[in-house]
Amino acid sequence: MTSKNEKDGKSVQPEQTTTAPKPAEMPGWAAGLRRLYDSVVDEDIPDNFRDLISKLDKEG
Amino acid sequence: MSGETRTASEKADFKRELTEVVPHLRAFARGLCGRADMADDLVQEALLKAWAAQERFEPGTSMRAWTFVILRNAYLTDMRRNRFRGEYDENVAERILTAPASQEEPIHLSDLHRALLTLPPERREALLLVGAGGFSYEEAANICGCAVGTIKSRVGRARAALNSMLAEGAIPQRSLNDDGAHRAILEELEDVAAGNGSSARP
Repeated sequence: MTSKNEKDGKSVQPEQTTTAPKPAEMPGWAAGLRRLYDSVVDEDIPDNFRDLISKLDKEG
Repeated sequence: MSGETRTASEKADFKRELTEVVPHLRAFARGLCGRADMADDLVQEALLKAWAAQERFEPGTSMRAWTFVILRNAYLTDMRRNRFRGEYDENVAERILTAPASQEEPIHLSDLHRALLTLPPERREALLLVGAGGFSYEEAANICGCAVGTIKSRVGRARAALNSMLAEGAIPQRSLNDDGAHRAILEELEDVAAGNGSSARP
């Protein structure tokens, strides 16, 4: 066992052994979940958000 | 960090970073409340709050994590005021879920979406943060203001619930419109909000 994850020099708290499942063990929906999220991230930002942000610093 | 007013250039940096996280805020919000229109209202609310609280943002830290806390708190507040009933809008979902790429997906994304919305909110958000947003358990725990072990347990329960719902094809159709289920969800929300430690306050 190599201790590669000690790179930041902090003592990592001993954790329970529940780490994230390896991709091979992930159920079929896990990729779908990611895709649901990413499909929204990839949408163009609606204009009203741009308008809102552009007005932000004009208020004070 | 100080109470000093930010310089124009710091404000510009903040604004740029805020703009960059908008797509992520929209994705997280849509996962939380399930409806695109409500999700976008929530994001707008969160953006205004983030702007107003910008003095409290530590430059160099994660804007995504910081704004997720704000979004989450806005969501919880609105939920408790009953603005969102976790309604599932079939038409909106249909439109969202005409997602690009592989049609050979073994599971329909619309089923997944509906199953996700039947989860108790704190499990849903934990799964969204870790399974979709790519946050570590530690980061997710910071966002939710709870212990790492709590997040792990919520994610584990959410995964188990989705596994069984999707494997058996037994996704409750209208559980969120059912008064009993809705009440149970609100009760759980109270717990989430109560356990919402000070670190989760923007």
